[in-house]
Amino acid sequence: MRGATHARWAALAAAAALTATACGGGGSGSGSGDGGAVLSSSWGDPQNPLEPANTNEVQGGKVLDMIFRSLKKYNPETGAAEDMLAEKIDTTDSQNFTVTVKDGWTFSNGEKVTAKSFVDAWNYGASLKNNQKNAYFFQYIDGYAQVHPDGGTQSADTLSGLKVVNDKTFTVKLTQKFSTFPDTLGYPAFAPLPQAFFSDHAGWLKKPVGNGPYTIDSYTKGSQMALKKWDGYPGDDKAQNGGVTLKVYTDNNTAYTDLLAGNLDLVDDVPAAQLKNVKADLGDRYLNTPAGIIQTLAFPFYDPKWNTAGSAKVRTGLSRAIDRKQITETIFQNTRTPASDWTSPVLGEEGGFKKGLCGDACDYDPAAAKQLIKEGGGLPGGQVKITYNADTGSHKQWVDAVCNSINNALGNDKACVGNPVGTFADFRTQIGDRKMSGPFRAGWQMDYPLIQNFLQPLYYTNASSNDGKWSNKQFDSLVNQANTETDTAKAVQLFQQAEGVVRDNMAAIPLWYQNGSAGYSERLSGVKLNPFSVPVYNEIKVG
Amino acid sequence: MGRYVIRRLLQMIPVFIGATLLIFLMVNVMGDPIAGLCGDRQCDPATAAQLKKEFGLDKPVWQQYLTYMGNVFTGDFGTAFNGQPVTELMASAFPVTIRLTIVAILFEIVIGIALGVVTGLRRGRPVDTGVLLLTLVVISVPTFVTGLLLQLLLGVQWGWIKPSVSTEATFGELIVPGLVLASVSLAYVTRLTRTSIAENKRSDYVRTAVAKGLPRRRVVTRHLLRNSLIPVVTFIGTDIGALMGGAIVTERIFNIHGVGFQLYQGILRQNTQTVVGFVTVLVLVFLVANLLVDLLYAVLDPRIRYA
Repeated sequence: MRGATHARWAALAAAAALTATACGGGGSGSGSGDGGAVLSSSWGDPQNPLEPANTNEVQGGKVLDMIFRSLKKYNPETGAAEDMLAEKIDTTDSQNFTVTVKDGWTFSNGEKVTAKSFVDAWNYGASLKNNQKNAYFFQYIDGYAQVHPDGGTQSADTLSGLKVVNDKTFTVKLTQKFSTFPDTLGYPAFAPLPQAFFSDHAGWLKKPVGNGPYTIDSYTKGSQMALKKWDGYPGDDKAQNGGVTLKVYTDNNTAYTDLLAGNLDLVDDVPAAQLKNVKADLGDRYLNTPAGIIQTLAFPFYDPKWNTAGSAKVRTGLSRAIDRKQITETIFQNTRTPASDWTSPVLGEEGGFKKGLCGDACDYDPAAAKQLIKEGGGLPGGQVKITYNADTGSHKQWVDAVCNSINNALGNDKACVGNPVGTFADFRTQIGDRKMSGPFRAGWQMDYPLIQNFLQPLYYTNASSNDGKWSNKQFDSLVNQANTETDTAKAVQLFQQAEGVVRDNMAAIPLWYQNGSAGYSERLSGVKLNPFSVPVYNEIKVG
Repeated sequence: MGRYVIRRLLQMIPVFIGATLLIFLMVNVMGDPIAGLCGDRQCDPATAAQLKKEFGLDKPVWQQYLTYMGNVFTGDFGTAFNGQPVTELMASAFPVTIRLTIVAILFEIVIGIALGVVTGLRRGRPVDTGVLLLTLVVISVPTFVTGLLLQLLLGVQWGWIKPSVSTEATFGELIVPGLVLASVSLAYVTRLTRTSIAENKRSDYVRTAVAKGLPRRRVVTRHLLRNSLIPVVTFIGTDIGALMGGAIVTERIFNIHGVGFQLYQGILRQNTQTVVGFVTVLVLVFLVANLLVDLLYAVLDPRIRYA
């Protein structure tokens, strides 16, 4: 074969040129854990500048997770919010909080972390002129409307609800009662920032400085970032390895191939096409653990056809026509779990996850589905079109499978079709312009592990991610009550009642809970994923 | 000659404007890029408006285009959504892709022309038939199949190379990706050279050269090959542009952070500035490469004169 001869020739040449480096990352280290060894991990180019209040996707989040520590930290296993830099957060009325910062914390450049580091950072994040995409996280703080008005220019530069009392203490005043507010403070947007961030912003962005267990050694935008262990890190979650090199991969298939060839230690996104082989390739070096992500189908409630008296029955019928179990097994190889409520198993029972809350509305039953849709007045227009973006996440496969399931259940092969949109940006534009004519893909990755985060942003009237514009007075008032409730257990109960309202109206069809997946090389141990499906880098041991 | 070059350079202006305008419009038709920046939620309207203003997206498209072109002439290609100037992206991406293109072009020239000469001189013999069949196979197998196959065999099974290319992307690492990128064009070059050689072998000047008693080697290299290369040079010249822009597949497979990577990411994120900037440079590369090819004709064949 001509092609083959040349391939050999080229490969020989390449092999000759690369003998020195070809097997560089391959060999497994000798002996037990080497605290100084560096591991390599797959990465994607962060979409936004690496500012804490501007990073809203997982790739940038990975870095922030390594170089920042906030007032609270979510336990990588339970997801519970635990005090990190906070000595205590006191409140008597769930609206005014006094935050005391622990002593002894510094940024890696030596600057002390004080109350001011937090207040300045939060003010920066909330201010409209800084274009921070996570600004809405500060919306409950008093004075947000002045620093970040919905239109026009801002009338203040700082949040009036934040006051530095002394080096260690600051107070937060909220616009409403919000009992679980302290638990939201583990989100990276609430991280403290050193003065260098404000005085030399461009320089800081080139090489961000934080207070986490790692410092950034070098950063080549778009291709790789080398982080090394910060020896002076004062926290007790010190890095167990010498550092992490994040390498940008354009295609997760290449990253996976590199892992197999021994050039990469950790892949935190196993491509869908490889799920079938992953057990054979990696054995027990493959992780598949629940993450705080749920996929649902949302509906356009601004379209009168989907907002009739009987349409709740139609939606429930559709829900019952979807064979979740079969789809998660065949298409996702069990990397998704059929959903039976609207939250996520990572919350835990105490946090508000309630298996089976959906009841038989989420059980597959073709006969009942057919009956319900008939009672509800039939499918609007005789057909449902499920809109999704086709550019990422293998959405096409499951949408087609869901449609198949619906078509089979209803005995009508034209009952459901997929409606792909080319890019994610266009998909979001169409949703923003209220152009959806039927159900559409709605994925939700939690910001913080609270049941509130799975309900309020998605189903509260005019909430930021309520893409279907569902509105229900009963739901809203239950959420308001839950937010003012100081007793966590009671608050969770109220949220679950609100979730019951979502179920009775089938505001969105829950499909499945998504797992995080990762594969790693032989020389790593102690690899796990946190509830945000990000590897817990500081606990990984190399060698 | 000088006048010809000036005329060609002037012709480039409308082509350049037309091509950039088209790509600008196409990228703009795809929808609102800001909407894709906030994940699975709606950007808060105030921040979205502010971002639009910053990137100039709040103005009508024609105005955006004029501002953009005005900036381009001062060397400012705008800023990507991650806050990096597009010129910085170009400075990191183009050297890599140029290296990859050089490797690919070298493969085309060395292997492609050599095989073409051998088969052209031995037309109808088993060598010729064999190579012809092989080129057919190469042309019909898509690049991503060749790429993934080589990556799996050489990178994972036999461990001769690294499956992915490092950030530095040295020439050594780019040999296999370069071969993959060149494979289809290489087959075409072989076929073009072969036909051309076979045709010219029977022409008068070759017979004269042979009759003069020139050594065979000299007949082939100086007389036969030089004349036969004209169509091949045209092909390779236009291929430079195609290789640089069309490396998206190869660059993805081998994780090369070049032009293809930036374009792909720019399109996914609907980053007008990145896409238009890179395409503008690619258009320039195409135009210049074409001009050079035309000028090369005169060098190869003194009968061709430009006035």
